[in-house]
Amino acid sequence: MNPKESKSRQKKRQTREEFMDKRLIYFDNNATTPLHPEVKKEIFEVLDIYGNPSSLHGFGRLARKYVEEAREKVSRFIGAKPEEILFVGSGSEGNNTVLSILNSQCGACEFNACSGKELITTTIEHPCVLEASKCMAERGIKVTYLDVDKDGKVDLDQLKDSITPMTGLVSIMMANNEIGTIQDIKTISRIVHEQGALLHTDAVQAVGKVPVDVNDLGVDFLTLSGHKIYGPKGIGAVYIRKGSPFCPLIRGGHQERGRRAGTENTIGIIALGKAVDMRAIEMKEEEKRLLAMKETLRKGIAEKIPDVLFVGHPTDCLPGTLNVSFEGSEGEAILLYLDLAGIAVSTGSACASGSLDPSHVILATGLPAECAHGSIRISLGRENTIEDIDYMLHVLPGVISRIRDMSTAYVRRQ
Amino acid sequence: MEQVNWVYTDKVLEHFMHPKNVLEDEKNYHEDGRGITGNIKCGDQMIVAIKVDKEKGTIADCKWKTFGCASAIASTSVLSEMVKGMKLEDAFKLSPKDINKELGGLPEHKIHCSVLGDKALRAAINDYYERSGLTDKVKREEARVVCNCMNITDHEIEDAVLEGARTFYELQEKTKVSTVCGECKDDVERLLEFYKNKHFCSIEEKPATP
Repeated sequence: MNPKESKSRQKKRQTREEFMDKRLIYFDNNATTPLHPEVKKEIFEVLDIYGNPSSLHGFGRLARKYVEEAREKVSRFIGAKPEEILFVGSGSEGNNTVLSILNSQCGACEFNACSGKELITTTIEHPCVLEASKCMAERGIKVTYLDVDKDGKVDLDQLKDSITPMTGLVSIMMANNEIGTIQDIKTISRIVHEQGALLHTDAVQAVGKVPVDVNDLGVDFLTLSGHKIYGPKGIGAVYIRKGSPFCPLIRGGHQERGRRAGTENTIGIIALGKAVDMRAIEMKEEEKRLLAMKETLRKGIAEKIPDVLFVGHPTDCLPGTLNVSFEGSEGEAILLYLDLAGIAVSTGSACASGSLDPSHVILATGLPAECAHGSIRISLGRENTIEDIDYMLHVLPGVISRIRDMSTAYVRRQ
Repeated sequence: MEQVNWVYTDKVLEHFMHPKNVLEDEKNYHEDGRGITGNIKCGDQMIVAIKVDKEKGTIADCKWKTFGCASAIASTSVLSEMVKGMKLEDAFKLSPKDINKELGGLPEHKIHCSVLGDKALRAAINDYYERSGLTDKVKREEARVVCNCMNITDHEIEDAVLEGARTFYELQEKTKVSTVCGECKDDVERLLEFYKNKHFCSIEEKPATP
């Protein structure tokens, strides 16, 4: 102890340390993931490749070689051709890029404009799709939002009823970030293509966690992101089926065959290539392992804590995602008590969102607002172990009980 | 892992970790006055119960319960300590700003979480007055209709400011105030400044010390 430390300082430090177990557990892998050690190694190895991939000289050609190798890896991982992969700066940029083809009036540019004037999406998309859709609507595009059922599955009958020859694009996420529900993209693709519309899927949460093959799914556009699959932040990719209409969001350069201006993020691209390579090796085994851990967690929570509700589809769900709502308990308080115990989760509560709105996804499943306020998302990843689950099951019941003891909204049942 | 500052101040952390005066045994508390405010649908609800020293006209004890976040827990915990021994009239005048100051400052978007405690306290004091036949002392916070077209009250404008509206346009977005004839615009702008000042200005912003 520092003898110079004042009494108040000392007290503050003790309060801080009281619940601060040395153990740190990261259960927020849907938010972002740690770098895979192999990806980290690869990044170190290529840090000195500084040539501009557009340059003709040796420095440039070396960088170009690495970029094209990564493109090849990413395309192979999702069953696409290399020329169908466009590197972008994030999943959000990818989604915005795809949606923006709809209001394109570029008859004059070299890209095919999309003739359809209507957009169909869902109520549970990531905010980047919802906000981009809102912007489309303001620019005169008709936007239809499909509802989901209590498990978060898109209403396919509503899709059939909504789609018309005027529909240009349908954008439906493959797996939901908050509740993990996986949509039947194959069936959706059939419905969409029967009407001659194009299908985009935001697969940022799906790629690298469950098998994704663009031809099997039958999608025209697909978005993926590096940092959700143990790659770095700031790199993503869009699959654009050959011959699809396209319109660049960022103009002013011939990079990415004119589809996205800006000098390539060489190191990010190489790292993404390595990340998908590692997923190809590890995904299958990890899927089983995460699923088993999640089941242990689910059963443990159900046994140890009364009045809980699991949100999301019971089977068509990401292997590592568990969303659970605790009656009478507010999510930000749960999150922060867990944080003090060294466990990182996220919540659908309004109080943690900064916007004062509870999770739009949980509300869309028809559950009451208090379920959203009381929900936490536990998303497992490759670094989690069964000991982490045991520790969570050791800590969580006490946290919930503590919150319920001071809750106005919880009555203990016998 | 490198330790970084907690999300709120140390005082908030302390009250969040060790909430004071939680109303654990509601049935056997035998309070003199009780107030409830908020709604679980909106994500926060608060109950405040008080015991009154009738001779002195002061609050002898104050307990509370909440369905709320860390800021709601900490702000009501600190409030329950502040009011003990306080004259009812003075306790009635406590504002979220006083509580916020005591906590060392909450982030702006969390201020609205700290306003439930004092609201519930005022309701509890009124309840005490009513229960003891002192109905002349009951002070109701009557809402005044500001915008006649959309039937918007000053309370709704205050709530919108607490929820983040800072400009006339943002107020309109949140409440639809002054979107029809526009006659109330000056009045609304004056209220906007008043509530911004009431809740957000001149709080000593002390960043959490490590």
